[in-house]
Amino acid sequence: MKKIVAFLLCAALLLPVCAFAQEVVNVFNWEDYIDESVLQDFEAETGIHVNYMRFTTNEDMLVQVEANPGAFDVVFPSEYCVERLTNKGLLAEINFDNIPNFQNIKESLKNPSYDEGNAHSVPYQWGTLGILYNTELVDAEDVKTWSVLWNEKYKGQVLMMNSIRDAMGIALKMQGYGMNSTDYTQLRAAADLLIQQKQSGMVKAYGLDEFKDKMVAGEAALAVVYSGDAEYAVELSDKLAYCVPDEGSNVWVDCAVIPAAAKNKENAEKFINYLCSPEVAVRNCEAIGYCCPNEAAIELMGEEYASNPVMNPSDETVANCEYFNDLDATWLTVYNTLWQEVLNARQGN
Amino acid sequence: MYNVSLPWWSYALMGAGLVVFLGLLTLSVKRNHGVKRSLFASPYILWMILFTLLPCVLIAYYALTDGSGQLTLDNFRAFWDSNHIMRENMRAVAGDEVAATIPRGSVNVDTLVYSLWMAFLCTAISLLLGYPAALFMADRHMKLGSTLVVLFIIPMWMNFLLRTIAWMSLLEDNGLINAFLEWIGVGKVQLMYNQGAVLLGMVYNFLPFMVFPIYTSLSKMDPKLGEAAMDLGCNEAKTLLKVTIPLSVPGIISGITMVFMPSVTTFFIPRVLGGGSTQMFGDLIETTFLTAGDWNLGSALSLIMMVLILISLSILRKADPNGEGGGIA
Amino acid sequence: MKNFFKKFYLGIILVFLYVPIVVLICQSFNAGKSRAKWEGFSFRWYGELFQNASIMNALWVTVSIAVIATIIATVLGTLAAIGIYSMKKRPQAVMMTITNLPNTMPDIVTGISLMLLFIFAKVDRGYFTMVLAHITFDVPYVVLSVMPKLKQMNKHTCEAALDLGATPGYALTHVIVPECRQGIVTGALLAFTLSLDDFTISYFTTSPLVQNLSTLIYSATKLGISPVYYALSSLMFVVLLVLLLIVNRRTAETKA
Repeated sequence: MKKIVAFLLCAALLLPVCAFAQEVVNVFNWEDYIDESVLQDFEAETGIHVNYMRFTTNEDMLVQVEANPGAFDVVFPSEYCVERLTNKGLLAEINFDNIPNFQNIKESLKNPSYDEGNAHSVPYQWGTLGILYNTELVDAEDVKTWSVLWNEKYKGQVLMMNSIRDAMGIALKMQGYGMNSTDYTQLRAAADLLIQQKQSGMVKAYGLDEFKDKMVAGEAALAVVYSGDAEYAVELSDKLAYCVPDEGSNVWVDCAVIPAAAKNKENAEKFINYLCSPEVAVRNCEAIGYCCPNEAAIELMGEEYASNPVMNPSDETVANCEYFNDLDATWLTVYNTLWQEVLNARQGN
Repeated sequence: MYNVSLPWWSYALMGAGLVVFLGLLTLSVKRNHGVKRSLFASPYILWMILFTLLPCVLIAYYALTDGSGQLTLDNFRAFWDSNHIMRENMRAVAGDEVAATIPRGSVNVDTLVYSLWMAFLCTAISLLLGYPAALFMADRHMKLGSTLVVLFIIPMWMNFLLRTIAWMSLLEDNGLINAFLEWIGVGKVQLMYNQGAVLLGMVYNFLPFMVFPIYTSLSKMDPKLGEAAMDLGCNEAKTLLKVTIPLSVPGIISGITMVFMPSVTTFFIPRVLGGGSTQMFGDLIETTFLTAGDWNLGSALSLIMMVLILISLSILRKADPNGEGGGIA
Repeated sequence: MKNFFKKFYLGIILVFLYVPIVVLICQSFNAGKSRAKWEGFSFRWYGELFQNASIMNALWVTVSIAVIATIIATVLGTLAAIGIYSMKKRPQAVMMTITNLPNTMPDIVTGISLMLLFIFAKVDRGYFTMVLAHITFDVPYVVLSVMPKLKQMNKHTCEAALDLGATPGYALTHVIVPECRQGIVTGALLAFTLSLDDFTISYFTTSPLVQNLSTLIYSATKLGISPVYYALSSLMFVVLLVLLLIVNRRTAETKA
């Protein structure tokens, strides 16, 4: 017994020490956001071990990156978080000499407003926010406007997104305001709209990515989703369709960035470069179903990709959409506080 | 595999701690005559100070300061008036006129009241369901006691999160219960995403914590007492009311504590079974810390929670001064 | 008749407790991914389980932490119980209050307070901090399980041993510890179970770099959970059940 105890204690103490032996890259990506075999191939090709970690919302990710700055080498924030991380000085400048595959990226996504000069970020995936609906239960005409989410016809059939910026953004857009509004009256009106939606019993549940499976299982008629989740669901069930309402919506870009405190910066650049090679980009795109920022990869995929409205939205649709801007702490508090009020509203009072 | 990086002085601190720890340990084993044996507890005392008392002090510190470390009561203000910080921000950005239109926000208080109410319901239901179960388990004629205790413990080995998710497969619109209801011709009923579903999940997870302490105190009871009451002319109901229940009060109190406390701070269950539309205090603390990243307010909320629980516990302790109820063991 | 009613009631409660678990185990054999549809019997998810590196890693983290935390907490807690037991009345009462404190603190507060401590001490959260946290919430349970056994012990046994020439260390290992062995075992089992099943405290005291099963499952639920996790928990369930039966068998044999 004593020997076992001693052995276990030694093992416990030695564990962290063994860890330093191998070249590693610590990747912090969204849940379900890569073809996992790509990781193995990267390891086989470069001999660099990938520690792959996942997050589910930008906000969770930000808290983690700030609390454990040295823990990550590659992180995949959305565009407004790239802006925030840059402003806080938490991002390293990427050495693009190590990322020759950057030339494959679409011109329209280079040098974006959220990262002027394009020094910190490489686009990984992009897409839109829209409505996934069940064509047997919902009239396709209704879905052309966000107000379908308030339409009494679909009472109790709506799955709303439990994400502050997206939910508030929808309510703002519906009233003709911008998604980045910093006007208290507009925000108040948006929150009131969301509260009314909840109190009148429109909403079945608030949640995130799990909605795609619920929609496939026929648990609701309408859900607010990102285009990649929509692609996944549409592929599994022919009853489902996806639409970006005419008022416009959010278009977003998730980027690969390297934290300033990263311990394995060169490995991180190797990893990002690997992701940007056309073949790998095709595999990732086919696995997760978001829009591909990689021109060379799009050419490889050919007609099948080009004709898919979910993965390849028309230029008109995109022109109607806007990026989220990063908000400062003052306005973040306002969004947070108003959203808490929405969550706290009780049905029927 | 694990990326551990600590500042050098924390190693020094840990090393010093280890030396003190081992020193105290050998010292106490070497000379453990009579009272000196109390030194055995010293490593534990050290541990508790470091990992229980110090963290509590830290919570209090964060709750009483703002982001820049200034002493303030704003966080408690923000508990009472959840719009407080937003209003101050608006006053600075958009002027007094806009700020004046913002009323007192009651989100935090409402959530707390709602959580207390849900926890009360959960405790009451668990008691009503659990007391008879414990009573029958302790029944000597049935000789089932120890087997049943094991049967009650086994479900707790299934991961708590997965147990809750399993309920989802039962309660969904296309879930098993609805499939059954449809088959017998009743038709579909919406079972998920409401208060009832959350309550069900809570009772399901906490019921064993009500049953064990009551069972323990009932099985410790001398069966002759019940027999004596019967001999003296009490019927069964009266024996139960006048003898058995009063004698099991410590167990009941311990059970109430063990169910009420975790159920006030439940998080996860409301999100999965309630569809995120009914927020409880645990969720609020979690989102304040992890989503909004406001540690000061989050600490204030935790502190309020802790104080409330300590108060209710000390009231309960009055009814059971010796703490005879015991725990699961 | 009356006994039948009692058994019936207990049966209903047990059905309530076991239905979700049975459902979970059934679903782990479902060939399809959907929770709603039965698509035939298969071991597919069990196969995928052992291929899934992040689950296997989380399993290792969970079990190793439970073992380490249980061992340390049991030693620390048993010594503490003996120490507290031989204190004078006043300090004893103080110690018992402190011991009860973590029990009465909600998990979420314990987790958050420890998180604040680790951030304050600039210790990166991960495996090591999770071990510390688990020991912290395990120890009081060990103390509370050993304490009653000490109280039941005859006070003079130990003194007699000392009078008869036993060294204090000998008296400890040969008189006191055997006397409260049952309490120590209960405490250790309790600590192990709690550590294995803990979610809230682990969630706050680790980074996404080091996940145990609970935190891994938590992040998976936000996605719509894969049946691989059902397979995992069914397997763990069965293993623990078998272990329990073996232990029970052995204690029955030693008694006989």
